[in-house]
Amino acid sequence: MALKIVKGSIDRMFDKNLQDLVRGIRNHKEDEAKYISTCIDEIKQELKQDNIAVKANAVCKLTYLQMLGYDVSWAAFNIVEVMSSSKFTYKRIGYLAASQCFHESTDVIMLTTNQIRKDLSSPNQYDTGVALTGLSCFVTPDLARDLANDIMTLMSHTKPYIRKKAVLIMYKVFLKYPESLRPAFPRLKEKLEDPDPGVQSAAVNVICELARRNPKNYLSLAPLFFKLMTSSTNNWVLIKIIKLFGALTPLEPRLGKKLIEPLTNLIHSTSAMSLLYECVNTVIAVLISLSSGMPNHSASIQLCVQKLRILIEDSDQNLKYLGLLAMSKILKTHPKSVQSHKDLILQCLDDKDESIRLRALDLLYGMVSKKNLMEIVKKLMLHVDKAEGTTYRDELLTKIIDICSQSNYQYITNFEWYISILVELTRLEGTRHGHLIASQMLDVAIRVKAIRAFAVAQMATLLDNAHLLTGNMQRNGICEVSYAAAWICGEFSEHLENPMQTLEAMLRPKVATLPGHIQAVYVQNAAKLFATVLKSQEGNTDSTAAQETSQLMIERLPLFVQSANLEVQERASCILQLVKYIQKLQQKDVEVAEEVSALFAGELNPVAPKAQKKVPVPEGLDLDAWINEPPSESESEDEQPKAIFTKEETKHSRPRHIEVDEKELARRREARKQEQANNPFYIKASPSSQKVYQDTPGVEHIPVVQIDLSVPLKVPGLPMSDQYVKLEEERRQKERAEKKKKEKKKRKEKRSGRGKKHDSGPESEEDITPAHMVDIVTEEMPENALPSDDDDKDPNDPHKALDIDLDNLGEMAGRRPLADSEKLPVRSHRAVEAAKSPGEDGDAETVATQQPKKKSGKDKRDDKKKDKDKERKKSKDEKKKKKHKHEEKEEDLLRGEVHEPVVQSEGISQVAELPTSTSAEVSDLDFWLSNAPVPSNTQVESPPLPLPLISSVNTPLIHSMNYWSVICCFFSRNLSLYCLPMWISDLFFCLVLIFLTLVFFDTASSLKGHITLSSSILQPSSV
Amino acid sequence: MIKFVLMVNRQGQTRLSRYYERVEVTRRAALEADVVRCCLSRKKEQCSFVDHRDVRLVYRQYAALYIVVGVTDTENELSIYELIHNFVEVLDKYFSRVVSSDPINQPTNQPTSHQSCVCVCVCVFVSLQSELDIMFNLERVHVILDEMIQNGHVVETNKSRVLAPLHALTKMADAS
Repeated sequence: MALKIVKGSIDRMFDKNLQDLVRGIRNHKEDEAKYISTCIDEIKQELKQDNIAVKANAVCKLTYLQMLGYDVSWAAFNIVEVMSSSKFTYKRIGYLAASQCFHESTDVIMLTTNQIRKDLSSPNQYDTGVALTGLSCFVTPDLARDLANDIMTLMSHTKPYIRKKAVLIMYKVFLKYPESLRPAFPRLKEKLEDPDPGVQSAAVNVICELARRNPKNYLSLAPLFFKLMTSSTNNWVLIKIIKLFGALTPLEPRLGKKLIEPLTNLIHSTSAMSLLYECVNTVIAVLISLSSGMPNHSASIQLCVQKLRILIEDSDQNLKYLGLLAMSKILKTHPKSVQSHKDLILQCLDDKDESIRLRALDLLYGMVSKKNLMEIVKKLMLHVDKAEGTTYRDELLTKIIDICSQSNYQYITNFEWYISILVELTRLEGTRHGHLIASQMLDVAIRVKAIRAFAVAQMATLLDNAHLLTGNMQRNGICEVSYAAAWICGEFSEHLENPMQTLEAMLRPKVATLPGHIQAVYVQNAAKLFATVLKSQEGNTDSTAAQETSQLMIERLPLFVQSANLEVQERASCILQLVKYIQKLQQKDVEVAEEVSALFAGELNPVAPKAQKKVPVPEGLDLDAWINEPPSESESEDEQPKAIFTKEETKHSRPRHIEVDEKELARRREARKQEQANNPFYIKASPSSQKVYQDTPGVEHIPVVQIDLSVPLKVPGLPMSDQYVKLEEERRQKERAEKKKKEKKKRKEKRSGRGKKHDSGPESEEDITPAHMVDIVTEEMPENALPSDDDDKDPNDPHKALDIDLDNLGEMAGRRPLADSEKLPVRSHRAVEAAKSPGEDGDAETVATQQPKKKSGKDKRDDKKKDKDKERKKSKDEKKKKKHKHEEKEEDLLRGEVHEPVVQSEGISQVAELPTSTSAEVSDLDFWLSNAPVPSNTQVESPPLPLPLISSVNTPLIHSMNYWSVICCFFSRNLSLYCLPMWISDLFFCLVLIFLTLVFFDTASSLKGHITLSSSILQPSSV
Repeated sequence: MIKFVLMVNRQGQTRLSRYYERVEVTRRAALEADVVRCCLSRKKEQCSFVDHRDVRLVYRQYAALYIVVGVTDTENELSIYELIHNFVEVLDKYFSRVVSSDPINQPTNQPTSHQSCVCVCVCVFVSLQSELDIMFNLERVHVILDEMIQNGHVVETNKSRVLAPLHALTKMADAS
């Protein structure tokens, strides 16, 4: 035996320790992986030895390797061994390794429960400390449940070192085992007033973190925190408390009023920038929640803006950044006070730090008005030219578009200017945002009818010059713009001055180098243009010209017929055949223009992207009900995939279905298949080409050819946006002069859109009228669209479980006492105690010392759930009661006495004493708040409602929309459907699907949901 | 809340990592590489706060060593910035074992004006030697870090109190 020990220690001398390992890795730079794998082999050998010192050393090395990214989960058991060493040095290493590599699914964790419990109760405070630290990293729901009580006991340990760690780890325990929150809360609250500042700070940390997620449950602690805030000098704690108040104030405006004064005092007095910043942030949050309530808050907002200005002007980049960040929060509610610092913000745009420039850009977004939009965008355009680095330039580009298009183009007075800005942006090299520009062009051209002529002219120039741009167009996403250009020119071809020229431009051979989805649009719109050209030429009774046009089409289209892109090929060959037929007719001197243009007749209305989703389900319609009886289970496998919807129902399907003759079924199926095969409209399961087309707009995958052009191309004929700025100035001056003349005449502003509601700019802004009367068409929404948006919270959020009513837990023991089942499970070696008398229930403080009955874990949890539900109901009832009694209670409190009206609920006797040290006068939030300096005669009964931060009315005007007519319209022009913007074609596709399934609904039983929907949609037409 | 603390050198090698939120070991390497790239690419004149996906990074550079702290957006950036400096000061105190005559030895558990100058000894500390110090004494650095930050929250900033367990550890090691 002795020999073995000696041998072990000799071995140890030759073992590598961590230092050697680190040195070794540094010395083996070339074959690091190989060296490490030999090291791991050595470690595996070392772990097999009995000597704990060797093992600890090995585990220590493993920790290092784990940090380098190697998987060491295979050593989990050895880590547990080292953890259970009696020597602190080794134990420490074990816990460190565990905290770095253990996680919830590590199965050896369940072996550690007893070891950790032993360490927690160790007389050595460092043992306990190390166990707590480690536990905080790998606590699992099981560990949390088993150890919650031990940790709670540690919260009142004699040593502050242990207390603060125990308090902090409780947060993790709450997350993993939410049931522990209620029993532990009184003690946690007690710790807020712990004599040791470290423990206090830990408690503040935990409660802040809890309150941030579920603030309403912690409102009652506000008085206590207020006291802490005014008395504490620890900046760390102050920051946390102030943050907590920031989360609470939206729920209780009166609290905000009370806070303003001490916060402003702090802002004036503190020298710590971090605290100052936090105060400013919270003051902003308070002011947002008050927004209308307080008359004299402009002083505090001024103070904030002033302080922020100091931050922004500081030479320190960090302060500058944070100042801008906070400024953007003020901007949301008090844009005016920020707008006066426009100079400063614009100055920041020139900063050498990109992140500061980006923050400044964010601020600009909120600072624009009708007056200064052109000026600001002009400045930004200058920056775009100067900017080096494509990421920043792309950011600028998106910001320009964001700024201009915000709240439905509210600030744009002159859309010609906007179009020319967009066209100018297309000249950017290397931007990724071609599709963004394109969608803006499409949006403006479709929705602003007055601008179409101008837009079409611009787009025609763009198309004409496309061959100049193609060089650098292909390299980047800019080619997307030609998608928009082609579509606009085609769709609104009646505005074209020289459609023939544009048609030729669209059919240039060079077009064939563009990405497929763009070519497809080119082809389709060439057909539209062709129709327009034919119409004008036939009108002139010049039959040869029309025939020449057809000839041109026939000559050029074969290029596209050969395209590798299916979409292009299909469209081109279809149109080619059409044109050939037209040519035949032309040769017979038949007038065809009317019929050709009828292909593309009709106006397209913009439809809101969510329109389909918002169609309400009519009353009495059950989408889950069967229209036809579902096919029975006995049908063969090829029906199987359709059974997705029928899983539940088929079980209940009537037995007679099964009796249907197998032969008969086969025959029916055969007939159906036959019908489907013959039916051209039957949509097969294979992904359609249209679907593919819809997915393509991403431009990253487009193969690019690198062509370097050092000189930016100056395209003749493209407009310069600058001239509009000048023109606009002149126009405004003229208008002003005019206005003076007819001052008395009140002008009606016919500006559409919901923008007006947001209009918070200065009064004078209203004077600026748009250059042309713009009729911004709002996107159509179905009738009675449901206003709901699906912004459900993440169901997996662990904090949801912690949304537990904690009010009145201690002080008002009668409200909702801790139930027996809610107490923390305590390990017990004693025999199971007899069932408790309900009288003990109310006493929250005895939890730690009691030994509740022991049950197997699962039973217990189930019970708990049931109890909880019961309790919830109970507490709700009680709350109602409370409301009624509130006034009475307040009077009681005013007399300085607490006479709790004893609620005799379910025969539970009360423990009337106040268990915590919190004094009675701070226990009632309303009482405390009613002492607020601002005379508040708000009734106590009315529970504070969270104020919405920004009351944005986002429900767009709902236009009536006849789906039937839409379908008909689409059918009449089914050729042009491919080049519609994506969302329209999306909607259309669904409608067609619905329509077809309706026609063949006896066969397509799997789409039952759609069928019922469609029958409801189509009702109006059938009536 | 603090999500993680990283120490990396200029070559992008991790010298210390501590996660306060579970991150898969396989994803850690990628995350670290991203974070390091994000911080190393920034110039000196740029500010020390970066938003990286859903974390806000607060970083400080000490010679060849970067200390990066990932926090949620509810954390006060300036206080974290202070905390990093405090941490480095504690490391410095422990490893260089500066005698108490040193000015930074006075316990400062307050985030004062964040522009507190970087002490000379800190610069000395952060040399290659210091990087090795950290690597060779990884578990001790972890002790220090754990004393200061637990569970993603700051627990202790007083230098002597942070170092107390370490001294106890040394004593125990000496005794055995």
